[in-house]
Amino acid sequence: MIRYLLRRAWQSALTLLLSTVVVFLGVRALPGDPALALAGEDRSPEALEAIRHHYGLDQPLPLQFAQYVERAVQGDFGVSIRTGTPVSSMLTTALPVTAELSVLAILIAAVLGVGAGVLAAVRRGHPAEWLANGLALVGLSVPHFWLGLLAILYLSVATGLFPASGFVPLLQDPVDNLHHIVLPAVILGTGLAAIIMRQTRSAMLDSLSSDYVRTAKAKGLRPRAVITRHALRNSLIVVVTIVGLQLGGLISGAVVTEQIFGLPGFGKMTIDAVFQRDYPVIQAVVLLTATAYIVINFFVDLLYSVIDPRIRVTGDPA
Amino acid sequence: MTTVERPGTASGLLGAPVLEIRDLSVSFTTEGGTVSAVHRVSLDLAPGEIVGMVGESGCGKSVTAMSIAGLLPSSARISGSVRLRGTELVGTRESVLRRVRGKEIAYIFQEPMTSLNPVLTVGRQIGEVLQVHERMSRPAARARAVELLSLVGIPSASKRVDNYPHQLSGGMRQRVMIAMAVACGPKVLVADEPTTALDVTVQAGILQVLRDLRDRLGTTILIITHDLGVIADVADRVVVMYAGRVVERAQVTDLFAHPLHRYTAGLLSASPTPGKHAGTARLQEIPGLVPVLSSQPDACTFADRCPAADSQCRDSAPPLEGVGTGTALGAKDHLAACWHPCPAPRTQPEETNL
Repeated sequence: MIRYLLRRAWQSALTLLLSTVVVFLGVRALPGDPALALAGEDRSPEALEAIRHHYGLDQPLPLQFAQYVERAVQGDFGVSIRTGTPVSSMLTTALPVTAELSVLAILIAAVLGVGAGVLAAVRRGHPAEWLANGLALVGLSVPHFWLGLLAILYLSVATGLFPASGFVPLLQDPVDNLHHIVLPAVILGTGLAAIIMRQTRSAMLDSLSSDYVRTAKAKGLRPRAVITRHALRNSLIVVVTIVGLQLGGLISGAVVTEQIFGLPGFGKMTIDAVFQRDYPVIQAVVLLTATAYIVINFFVDLLYSVIDPRIRVTGDPA
Repeated sequence: MTTVERPGTASGLLGAPVLEIRDLSVSFTTEGGTVSAVHRVSLDLAPGEIVGMVGESGCGKSVTAMSIAGLLPSSARISGSVRLRGTELVGTRESVLRRVRGKEIAYIFQEPMTSLNPVLTVGRQIGEVLQVHERMSRPAARARAVELLSLVGIPSASKRVDNYPHQLSGGMRQRVMIAMAVACGPKVLVADEPTTALDVTVQAGILQVLRDLRDRLGTTILIITHDLGVIADVADRVVVMYAGRVVERAQVTDLFAHPLHRYTAGLLSASPTPGKHAGTARLQEIPGLVPVLSSQPDACTFADRCPAADSQCRDSAPPLEGVGTGTALGAKDHLAACWHPCPAPRTQPEETNL
């Protein structure tokens, strides 16, 4: 198990390094000279040269990369071209918002999706299944932004149940924080909940008709034990895979959701940076997103081995 | 194969039956219409008896077995009666059946790989039965699981108890299934093709475990198989099923010595016997397939595949009765549902050494 963990950690580190290279080169490959963009009115060769020297752009690429990595490891992602504030401090304010939104959305989606999926499989052919299937179809086909607008219209503007926009940091006022973020999280989680529901339902239908469930029934276990301990536990491996794959969609969904609800998160920061060609910010955002992917995938892999003992053994190099 | 007097035979037939199946019929409603899977099956199981049930695939053996403890899906329509020491099980509430399953009537299934839960340790899966029926604590159930594993002949059981099914061999897994089935000391053990997925050598071991259980714990065993060799090896009595009906019922020695029903005779000549088929003699197959019946006709369902069938066979269903009486080998508890039973001694050229 320890060897498996070490091997996975090493693989993750390698992937992270590679994605750093790609991000670095990708930003350098963008059309346009950053020095030109920074120079503003004064485009004399001397001024451009001074800017290039200031930002280290006159150095050879490998050296630039080494310096970039060295600074990034220390948490220094440079200074925003647009605002002049350090990118790292922008990240520390934006990241918690997005992290909270995503984690909450995943939790809501997992609880709703797994619950509805199990219900739909167990109550096959009953109204409960039709309802769950219908809701899943809506969740899958209705885009986030429209659902978000509807929610603002009916739950915020008309009834005032939830604030329409804005954010309060978690540490400042946890209750108010939750009040602000729960609606965006639900909206962001709907698509994922629908996908989880459908996957759970089909995985449950499979395992409910499996031989080991027949064995569990033949042992005289209660339906609840048969469903949770035997059928659901075996279905979770499929569900975890799907959730892992869908997290990319969740991150891009977060960008849109934050924009609609005016949350000062990662998504809003990214959109602003792209419009303003704020290269250091884009670079940091892409790198952090890639890191998030890698870390999440690492945890998904870990979760596999917790759920399914067969993976633990195959993970050990024989 | 030499036949010895089995301890269960004599005592078994004298005791009151543990399980009485009367006129059990099962049909399924499918999208393609109704399918009659089992038709008016009657069978008594005496204490400590091993009864074999044979027939080709699709003869209704497994459906009969599953219906005993109400394990069929809700699409099944069941009529007739199954009594466990006098208590009716057909149509009984689920909560009552749950107390019977695993405790009074236990099952062993064909595929030990897929029949065990891949994500739980074998100790946990065995312990589960004890926790439910014997109200044992988890540690106590685990300790008992170790004992059960050694009872079914698993070496270093205290280590194996924490293994997952994929870490065990096929034969070991089937032993785990058996340990799980006998955990609460059931009166009746239903073994549905317990050795079909296993190597021949492993098969012998598993059958030995079943025999031991009967001898030591007095468990009644219903063993379902299409392998006549298994029947000859362990069973005291045999029930031959065809297209959902019992077509012949006899002591195992009587059946092998003198099959009455043409279907049984066909099955016997379709299975190889040591010595006989080593040379050039071809095995005889039964032409055709088991029919899928939407309803049970008033005719012999084997008529279409039977060499001896005539108009009587196609016009009325033969009752299961003691047609063997009066012949040299016929015993009084040897029944067959056939209008034209095989004459005794059997006319087929080779028929001895089984």
